[in-house]
Amino acid sequence: MKKLPNWNEMEKGFITRTLSEFNKTGTWRTFKPIIDYSRCTKCGWCIVYCPEPCIYSESTKEGKIVIDYDFCKGCGICAEECPIKCIDMVMEE
Amino acid sequence: MQLVEPLLLSGNLAIAYAVKQLDVDVVAAYPITPQTTMVEKISEYVAKGELKASFILVESEHSAISACLSAAASGARVFTSSSSQGLLLMHEILFITSALRHPVVMAIANRSVSAPINIWNDHGDIMPQRDTGWIQLFVESAQEAYDKIIQAYRIAEDDRVRLPIMINIDGIVLSHTYEPIYPLGDSEVASFSPWSLYSARLDPDNPLTMGAFCYPDYYFETRYQSAKALKDSLPIISKVDEEFGKLSGRSYGIVSPFECDDADTILISMGSISTTVRATVKKLREKGEKVGMVSLRLFRPFPFDEIIKSIKNAKAIGIVDRALSPGAIAGPVFTDVTSALYLAKMNIPAVNFFVGLGGRDVKMNDIESIFDELKGIAKTGIVKENSYYIGLRG
Amino acid sequence: MPFKSIKDIIVRQDFFSPGHGLCSGCGAAQIARIVTKVVGKDSVIINATGCMEVSTTTYPGTAWKLPYIHVAFENAAAVASGIRSAYDALIMKKKLSKDVNVVVLAGDGGTADIGLQALSGAFERGDRITYICYDNEAYMNTGIQRSGATPYSAWTTTTPAGQRTLKKDLMGIAIAHRVKYVATASIAYLLDATNKVEKAISINGPSFIHWLQPCTIGWRYDPKLTVRLSRLAVKAGLWPLYEYYDGVTKLTVQVPKRVPVIEYLKPQGRFRHIMDNQDELAKIQSYADEISAKFGLGPVAE
Repeated sequence: MKKLPNWNEMEKGFITRTLSEFNKTGTWRTFKPIIDYSRCTKCGWCIVYCPEPCIYSESTKEGKIVIDYDFCKGCGICAEECPIKCIDMVMEE
Repeated sequence: MQLVEPLLLSGNLAIAYAVKQLDVDVVAAYPITPQTTMVEKISEYVAKGELKASFILVESEHSAISACLSAAASGARVFTSSSSQGLLLMHEILFITSALRHPVVMAIANRSVSAPINIWNDHGDIMPQRDTGWIQLFVESAQEAYDKIIQAYRIAEDDRVRLPIMINIDGIVLSHTYEPIYPLGDSEVASFSPWSLYSARLDPDNPLTMGAFCYPDYYFETRYQSAKALKDSLPIISKVDEEFGKLSGRSYGIVSPFECDDADTILISMGSISTTVRATVKKLREKGEKVGMVSLRLFRPFPFDEIIKSIKNAKAIGIVDRALSPGAIAGPVFTDVTSALYLAKMNIPAVNFFVGLGGRDVKMNDIESIFDELKGIAKTGIVKENSYYIGLRG
Repeated sequence: MPFKSIKDIIVRQDFFSPGHGLCSGCGAAQIARIVTKVVGKDSVIINATGCMEVSTTTYPGTAWKLPYIHVAFENAAAVASGIRSAYDALIMKKKLSKDVNVVVLAGDGGTADIGLQALSGAFERGDRITYICYDNEAYMNTGIQRSGATPYSAWTTTTPAGQRTLKKDLMGIAIAHRVKYVATASIAYLLDATNKVEKAISINGPSFIHWLQPCTIGWRYDPKLTVRLSRLAVKAGLWPLYEYYDGVTKLTVQVPKRVPVIEYLKPQGRFRHIMDNQDELAKIQSYADEISAKFGLGPVAE
């Protein structure tokens, strides 16, 4: 359990500089998007349409499209918008 | 201190002059009687290039205070002013300004509130702002208004304070009456209240989020923090006034007792009416009456220790309120003073006097009749009425 | 630099971080992320109270990697004016050297209704701000109550029998204020939208973008359809993509063959109550026909 700050430990004016990345919203989803890499053309539409965003192009030469499942809420927009229809929404266990 | 020729200025114009010397960066204000000549003058200074500032021609007071808040959040030195209905329209944002700790300086030309609509002076507009978390000062003269505006920026921009501040001048009485004002030199003002670029501002090189959404886990702590900052600002306000005194020869104190040491009866008041009260005390003292008065200059944070020290020897205390607080046991200032007496375990009879609402003139003989009443109470120790409505017909 | 392909969008740095609490499939999240990508690092974001603000700044976490301020619900435009004036003054007085984009992201509630006064003031003053209204056509954050931007016949919690009036014409209001650049946007036409945002921040005066934001909870649809509905709204002629610049209106996305409005309304639960009501459907179709005639969109496909 994270310790809550005392009044004198908080930056004045209720300012915050902490990014929300500590909040792993991946726990929200029911369905999980799985990319079929044999058909993926790396067009990038899934990357631009992801609302989190949690889909990235790996910074390797291949630039494989990777989904960060720590944050994926399972909305299914990537699967719906993929022009190749190579993303499947699979029920999570 | 340079010897200067006085300028003949009204309270509004004196404040505008101070704003000019303080090299304010952003002014966002909406006109409302009796503050109008203040903002008109500032507009003139900007148009003539005498004040290099952005004057935002806002479409309401709510937008005025919002724009000032965000301009202060961006690091700019800001100024606004309002009165009565305009101040009430700002109400929602006043809490946000102090909680987000932005050093906005606002001059208020105190005017009664609707309904009915009345453009003359009382404290009806400022009393509902008691809980907004702003530092609240009251002045007795146009000179003091000029001086306090200069002090205000030094107080508000102090790292230990970082709170917005209201300087209250009685509408019409102070805002429009002309007095000789002894200004400081431009460089004296600049060195007394220097501006510096605040680091925790809206700056792309250091991104931060202001005004986040707050769950119950954090609200109490952050509100406590800003309320404490308000309380802790008192010694700083006092110090700045002292230092201003060294520079200008004019130091006012946050509580200005007059002839209180041996007074049997003391009357506490705020704003320009204090000058009438003081004149009455002088007159009655000449007749041998043991009377005294306190001009309460700092209303928030409430100067508990200083008030108690001033009134502790009295046998009866009168408190002037220039606003009603309907449904409360008594008027706003009375409530604060009597709470202080209670906490200090002083059982001095205290009586509330409502005077001068809606701009009704308060004369010396009104104050004399108040002291008369207090004299009777001091003698017998019996309080027949808690509240007196001076001049009420019927 | 105009955006010519989505690669141009992908390469831009992201300034919106995951971990926020916006709903799964939320159109506002897409808008926030794309806008911040386009406006870039030297920008200040002003958010009015609403879904975006509440869900992206849950203390102590914030999704924004840009300087960000939220003050209240109805004053986003005034807050923006304050920041613009501060930067202008500080730069003029050489107290600061770097200029910023001042970008407002406010919902339809905080723009068309409670925020309209401040909006009008900022537009009339000609303040150099970019105001982007993410329009989900109701007060979504407080629980799907109707707003002045709710479309005709839509269900909301305060119009359970369907909204009786037409949507407020925000674009018309902006144009009436002589705003130099005004444009509509839809996430489904991403290059169109990003180029419009880029154009908007370059304007020396106020600019306004009216961006349709499908809301999965409020419009009652499967979250995966957010982009599809953004596309259908345009194709049905209900959300023409155009821009108005310096007195000239130009359609930026042609629609040679429109889809009948029912294709757009059918997937949305908020229109379920009129699916068998031919009169209501005809009214909405004629509204789309009117817009299409005005903007030169094509006929409804057979």
